[in-house]
Amino acid sequence: MTILTFTVAVAIVSFVAGLLGSLTGLGGGVVLVPLLTIFFHVDIRYAIGASLVSVIATSSGAAAAYVKEGFSNIRLGMFLEIATTVGALLGAYLATWIPTTAIATVFGIMLLYSAYISRRVRPPELRSLPPDPLATRLRLNGNFPDLDGERSYNVQRVPAGFSLMFGAGALSGLLGIGSGAVKVLAMDQAMRIPFKVSTTTSNFMIGVTAAASAGVYLSRGYVDPGLAMPVMLGVLAGSLTGSRILVKAETKSLRLVFSLVILVLGLQMLYKGLWGRI
Amino acid sequence: MTEGKISPPQRGSAQANPSKPWGDYQIEVIVGYLLRYGVMISATIVFCGACIYLFRHAHEPADYRIFRGEPSDFRTIPGVLQSARHGHGRGWIQLGLLFLVATPIARVAFAVVGFALERDRMYVTFTLIVLSVLLYSLIGSGTF
Repeated sequence: MTILTFTVAVAIVSFVAGLLGSLTGLGGGVVLVPLLTIFFHVDIRYAIGASLVSVIATSSGAAAAYVKEGFSNIRLGMFLEIATTVGALLGAYLATWIPTTAIATVFGIMLLYSAYISRRVRPPELRSLPPDPLATRLRLNGNFPDLDGERSYNVQRVPAGFSLMFGAGALSGLLGIGSGAVKVLAMDQAMRIPFKVSTTTSNFMIGVTAAASAGVYLSRGYVDPGLAMPVMLGVLAGSLTGSRILVKAETKSLRLVFSLVILVLGLQMLYKGLWGRI
Repeated sequence: MTEGKISPPQRGSAQANPSKPWGDYQIEVIVGYLLRYGVMISATIVFCGACIYLFRHAHEPADYRIFRGEPSDFRTIPGVLQSARHGHGRGWIQLGLLFLVATPIARVAFAVVGFALERDRMYVTFTLIVLSVLLYSLIGSGTF
């Protein structure tokens, strides 16, 4: 493949990944690394480096649009970023001495887990929860524009959410992804934050988390300009397109599309990791 | 861009705290613009680099099967700056990517200022912790 065809093909795939990542609050990275390694035969370390950079673009590019809608909770994001950035730094250092087969295996498990989580039947969003003393003291509670007007919510189980966020950060640093699935899980399930708030706040946080491991990746030579360029530009264009349709799209169908793609890619990565085909 | 199409721009926490001159919503909007412009500038630099790179190397074979690690030109900030100054396409791409990495860091730095203007000591502390981790990552790992 010449550099021109490679660049165009990677840019198109990245556009689709960015679109999907933005719609599901996952960031493009989670599907990008498997796509690059499986279909483009890119070494997983280059794929992780390019993905990490694109994750920053996805998050920052889309956050600007979400902020206008008033969904994301900046205090909540900042507070949880303490956990995610420390975790990301740790994960990035781990990534430099763990064998690539092990990274691929962890990646596969992470994808399968994400698919499972997304298909699990979610209890209907609990409304009017009592305020949690810790969340109140940290001023994490907020409100957002819902279909039937302004809606306020009380954040629950802060320590559990904070710990999950540390794990999300470590996975982000290790795999070069935004770990949107774990972030959304921590906010959705543990902290009982409304889905749209958790998705957009997660998207908002992903860039900062990725920046925490980007320094390590850059200095270790994981970021190749020839690969990162089509990935970053493609993902950015895709995520900006995705952020335009978030408000209208149905949560249910989004999760179905997302989980099917993730499931297939997860199985492939697991196969590659376990059989050493990476 | 999307503003004003789906919902009026004044929706959101602004309505909830109209009395606060420096509320969360104002911070979020400014931070949002900061992020957007940061990304747009870096994308433009990357795109310019891409044009030079593709113009010169379009028909060479692409191979990323074997990991070699980037040369120091693309691993350190002085190296990237020098490569870009010499007009190398990949140097420009890498410069754009460095700019992109700096964007969320600037965002956190701005949030420190925002919370300070709000006189929110707790959140100034939180954002300073995040900022130090980010700077440690860059400096501690030898990019600078």
